[in-house]
Amino acid sequence: MTEASLYLLQQIINGLTIGSTYALIAIGYTMVYGIIGMINFAHGEIYMIGSYISFIVITGLLAMGHIALPAVLFVALVVAMLVASSYGWAIERVAYRPLRGSNRLIALISAIGMSIFLQNYVVLAQGSRDVAMPPLISGSLVEFGSLETFEVTISWMQLLIWVVTLISMTVLTLFISRSRMGRACRACAEDIGMTNLLGIDTNRIIAMTFVIGAALAAIAGLLLGLYYGVVNPFVGFIAGLKAFTAAVLGGIGSIPGAMLGGLILGVTEALTAAYFPSEYKDVVSFGLLVLILLFRPTGILGKPEVEKV
Amino acid sequence: MRRSLYNAIFAAGITFVLTCLMLGVQLGAEGTTLTVTGADATRWTWIGIGIAAVFFVQLFSDKVDAFFGRIPKPNLAALKPEETKWRRIKPWALAALVVVMLVWPFMASRGAVDLATLTLIYIMLGLGLNIVVGLAGLLDLGYVAFYAVGAYTYALLSEYFGFSFWACLPIAALLAATFGFILGFPVLRLRGDYLAIVTLGFGEIIRILLNNWTDLTGGPNGISGIEKPTLFGLEFSRRASEGSQTFHEFFGIDYDSSQKVVFLYLIAVVLVCIVVYLINRLMRMPIGRAWEALREDEIACRSLGLNRTVIKLSAFTLGASTAGFAGCFFAARQGFISPESFIFIESAIILAIVVLGGMGSQVGVICAAIVMTILPELAREFSEYRMLMFGLLMVLMMRWRPQGLVPMKRPHLELKQQ
Repeated sequence: MTEASLYLLQQIINGLTIGSTYALIAIGYTMVYGIIGMINFAHGEIYMIGSYISFIVITGLLAMGHIALPAVLFVALVVAMLVASSYGWAIERVAYRPLRGSNRLIALISAIGMSIFLQNYVVLAQGSRDVAMPPLISGSLVEFGSLETFEVTISWMQLLIWVVTLISMTVLTLFISRSRMGRACRACAEDIGMTNLLGIDTNRIIAMTFVIGAALAAIAGLLLGLYYGVVNPFVGFIAGLKAFTAAVLGGIGSIPGAMLGGLILGVTEALTAAYFPSEYKDVVSFGLLVLILLFRPTGILGKPEVEKV
Repeated sequence: MRRSLYNAIFAAGITFVLTCLMLGVQLGAEGTTLTVTGADATRWTWIGIGIAAVFFVQLFSDKVDAFFGRIPKPNLAALKPEETKWRRIKPWALAALVVVMLVWPFMASRGAVDLATLTLIYIMLGLGLNIVVGLAGLLDLGYVAFYAVGAYTYALLSEYFGFSFWACLPIAALLAATFGFILGFPVLRLRGDYLAIVTLGFGEIIRILLNNWTDLTGGPNGISGIEKPTLFGLEFSRRASEGSQTFHEFFGIDYDSSQKVVFLYLIAVVLVCIVVYLINRLMRMPIGRAWEALREDEIACRSLGLNRTVIKLSAFTLGASTAGFAGCFFAARQGFISPESFIFIESAIILAIVVLGGMGSQVGVICAAIVMTILPELAREFSEYRMLMFGLLMVLMMRWRPQGLVPMKRPHLELKQQ
């Protein structure tokens, strides 16, 4: 293969890595939107909190010593998911549930307030500087191409991200399609009032949606935190924006759409960063969002929305 | 009782989970390695107090609710004079207010006048966003982008082409309106929530462009040495530049640097008066009524034959042009602008002003802008808690008083139920 095509291949690999984490965050947006029709602005902050918690747990466990790295990562993942889920649950309970049924704008403003609050809460609790983690997982799995031209690598970290994402997505899909809760969840997305009439506790289902979304965001927080090696209180803002773009791209309200949208967005970004100045990659992804809204507002896999009186 | 005990224990447990790792443990760096340290005893005490507070509030939640329900709400209407009396004294009161605003800077200190000018800028921004969010019900999270467009319009035109402040004022407003039009056109046909995200993204795009287009905008260093406004060609500097005259020479008085500050303040007062008057008139015009009608019930409006895209677009564009206006003045006042002044937090503060003041209410927005700019100045030692409080305030306001502190009132009749 020529140098140019090897370079392209490497960018696509990098893009798929970032994209799969965007997909994880995007699922939180899309599930909440599918059920109660609101944008959970504080979702990006949950991802950031997940990153912080996993850093804290990993550093704490490593400081104890004599614990195998996989065990450390597993414990960190579980704790981060647990804490982030509690945040998701608490946010829904405090900021969104009392406002349900009121004007859309009111819930949205409350969500933005929550997002600003959480961001500054973390600034106060952990300081606003970057926290850097030395790379835990190094080395690469596959290297091909030759040194003279260009070497394509897939690192262990990238592989880990793919595997964890794949497992989470599979578990989520099974949960939504097979379990009793998942069925109730789909029923809520279809018609929440009717579901309530049929004797399903919709408040519980909505709370559970927030919890699942937050847990997935925490997984993304751990993975991206390790991949980039830094976290600061402001990463949630831009990541949330990207994930939302991914959700809209795939069709908001559709879970497979969010997965697809995340991957497409990740690859687009990686390619932009590769062939243009990398500062403009955010510009391209937001430009993409405007273009989708212009030409296909329902996204790739979304259903057209019918307004009901 | 049993149920509320269970609730209380659960809530306290959740609070513990939320706080113990985030607040109780601190990430730090030692050289290149990362360390964790437990927080000091005072912080743990605060966490304990917080958990106990949540526990007891949940335990006695019925009684707490009942207690808050019994507190009489302040009756703001009773504080105002009666309607007919108020109508008679209103023009005089307004005239007196304008006179006071024009006269007091000559007696006040320089710092106070400067702060007042800043407040007036925020009033302008708040009023502009009030059209978009308060009246038309469109959530604009990238409002600061239009502010930036206005500011950079003046800075660039004056640097490259030597345009004066007064010529740039309408150009800045027009350009910001054009940006608003281009952005709003595709998005406003869609559901409201998308607008919030797209404007948020647009705000980021503008900031990134300003930061990276170094040849034109100077990148993160910004543009400095922007010309100050002149009074019919009279400059407010110690020495006049080539071919012009200074204010103090023309009138034969001593040079005083506070003249410039007062002059800028007076310009701001005039601009705010213009904006207030225009928006006040617009609200009473059919287009203003249409904004509010569309906010209340979109489907009903469409079935009555209102063109929602045109109406929303007009509100969005007008809001943007107000921001352009304010931005142009901001650049002239600072004499230096950089992308740092146009970050998302700025948008959030302006939004908080509108929400706090009462969406749609001009008086409310003006009061809120004054509170929001003067309070941080007074409480400097709490400045790190400022944004935290903003966020919390927005959530709490939406929960307990979504109509704002000074809600908009209009003549209406109410049917009393027997």
